[in-house]
Amino acid sequence: MDHYERRRLADHAPERGSVLFALGLGAAAGAAGYAWWARANRADRVDHPGDSAPGRTARRSRFGGYAVTGRTVTINHPRQELYNYWRDFKNLPLFMEHVKDVDVQGDLTRWVIAGPMGRDVHVETRITDARDGEQIAWRSTETSDIDTEGKVMFRDAPAGRGTEVLALIAYKPPGGELGRWIASLFQREPALQGRRELKRFKMLMETGEIATNRNRRTAA
Amino acid sequence: MRALTWQGKHDVRVETVPDPEIVNPRDAIIEVTSTAICGSDLHLYDGVIPGLMSGDILGHEFMGRVVETGPKSTLQKGQRVVVPFTISCGKCFHCMKQQYSACDNSNPVEKQDLSEPLYGHAMSGLFGYSHLTGGYPGGQAEYVRVPFSDVGPIVIPDGMDDDEVLFLSDILPTGWMAAENADIEEGDTVAVWGCGPVGLFAVQSALVMGAARVIAIDHHPHRLELARKLGAKVIDYTQTKMLEALMEMSGGFGPDAVIDAVGMESHGFAPDAVSDQVKQAVGMGADSAHALREALLAVRKGGRVSMPGVYGGFVDKFPLGALMEKGLQVRTGQTHVQKYTKDLLKRIQDGELDTTFMISHRLPLEEAARGYENFRYNQNEWTKVVLKPGTSLS
Ligand SMILES: NC(=O)c1ccc[n+]([C@@H]2O[C@H](COP(=O)([O-])OP(=O)(O)OC[C@H]3O[C@@H](n4cnc5c(N)ncnc54)[C@H](O)[C@@H]3O)[C@@H](O)[C@H]2O)c1
Ligand SMILES: [Zn+2]
Ligand SMILES: [Zn+2]
Repeated sequence: MDHYERRRLADHAPERGSVLFALGLGAAAGAAGYAWWARANRADRVDHPGDSAPGRTARRSRFGGYAVTGRTVTINHPRQELYNYWRDFKNLPLFMEHVKDVDVQGDLTRWVIAGPMGRDVHVETRITDARDGEQIAWRSTETSDIDTEGKVMFRDAPAGRGTEVLALIAYKPPGGELGRWIASLFQREPALQGRRELKRFKMLMETGEIATNRNRRTAA
Repeated sequence: MRALTWQGKHDVRVETVPDPEIVNPRDAIIEVTSTAICGSDLHLYDGVIPGLMSGDILGHEFMGRVVETGPKSTLQKGQRVVVPFTISCGKCFHCMKQQYSACDNSNPVEKQDLSEPLYGHAMSGLFGYSHLTGGYPGGQAEYVRVPFSDVGPIVIPDGMDDDEVLFLSDILPTGWMAAENADIEEGDTVAVWGCGPVGLFAVQSALVMGAARVIAIDHHPHRLELARKLGAKVIDYTQTKMLEALMEMSGGFGPDAVIDAVGMESHGFAPDAVSDQVKQAVGMGADSAHALREALLAVRKGGRVSMPGVYGGFVDKFPLGALMEKGLQVRTGQTHVQKYTKDLLKRIQDGELDTTFMISHRLPLEEAARGYENFRYNQNEWTKVVLKPGTSLS
């Protein structure tokens, strides 16, 4: 790891609020979450049939037991390359805050995520749907600390503008203290955190680096 | 190194701070040889732009020598460069359209959260201009870390003085873009509010672009004199009924295009200006926009409004009706500096543009605070201040 990579990691020292997005993106596929999925993705909502905005932009943020967030960003880079980069989960900590470690074993991926007060959160995900160059979906397995699923979709932007990347995350607040903590974070700033992760991904893909205003490699 | 830091409203100090290092692959480190104080810095000095933190290094108009390069920089050690105040990646959608000051990738992600709620979109990164635009350490310093150094800095050929090219960093392209945004046609009368450095360069650019008449407006006699020497007609707004004069001086039409080179701290004695200033003084987030209101009333029907002057928040009593009913076009923005530097360098070399006439004072960096104070309070004589790091006290 060269110093740029180390710096990137150092920049992503834990900050309250972004665990969930990381979790979501880190997390893999069951039938359980399917209801929110269909609704969050549906173009025309039942409760508001005249509106073609995506469900994830609805004023309400709960779909069944799940909280849902999503964000789109256009990246001036070929679709297949973006897909390949994301599909190699080992790359994700370079732009995701909090992801401390990623261990890929076939279909299963284990994520260690920096939690509050030095506590680690463990999530194991299974890929539920990977379509080359188009989308990657995942869902957490039962051994995980958190019940989550998500997917990231890649499609060509119009008129050669690159690729539209859409990330969708759903998460079910677990019980207990951890659950309350996570729920409070998630309800506060899920969209914000999703936005941050995707913007870092965009920076890295478009410019080869992640912008920082620091003018020293190490804290002075 | 030594650097000019902001400590609070009307309190700037040169302090010793750590030297910058290469952080990202496309970075370069520049040893600053000349750096200027801008009218935009006065908005920071006056505390009317939000998002500054005490200790922030100011300055966004600078040039110098390359002393260090990251592995992806295309610069070479020893080259002399002028650095645009806009930090732009050169690869995103906006940069590809040459809308460099709208770059998506230069403002650090955490900082983007500040401007996104305020403006609906995050701003791009700028040097030394508050945390809304990234909180990047600025150029009124001995050294600066310059991100995306393969895209922004323009290499200066030997034999050209710093003074001739320094303003490629901001105010020369800003005056030029202001005139370009005025969409000047043959026979046009162009009125420019403000004869600070930006207004003066806008006057010069409008004349180069073929305006038949340029009318420059201010109240400082020396600044008006500089505009007159460039070839403009001038109006002292403290002595003249502005709207009547502008109609009379443009054949009864009103100016075809108007340029607001004053910005959010417009002076004036009309009721709207006084009420703006009171709101600004009590921190209500209101911009003073007297010049802009006047420009909107003065401009002819179907005319163009160009706004290089900086605004940060909201204005009251904006004559929206005049804008709509007269069918005006408005163009504005932080300057897309990188779009203009090459062409303008050539025009300087060809002797088409005079870039040194407005420099009134050259001070050692150590005396920067004195420069700010005078550029703010003695505007008539202090028309532009250039700071020189590494020189001894005068
Ligand atoms: N768009 C950009 O990228 C960009 C870049 C640089 C500067 N700027 C902005 O341009 C503006 C001017 O910059 P500057 O360096 O020339 O500043 P400056 O403060 O030196 O000049 C402003 C001038 O406006 C005059 N003025 C004030 N009220 C007036 C009024 N009501 N009518 C006419 N004149 C009036 C002042 O007397 C002064 O001479 C500032 O707002 C600055 O922030 C914008
Ligand atoms: Zn400036
Ligand atoms: Zn860009």
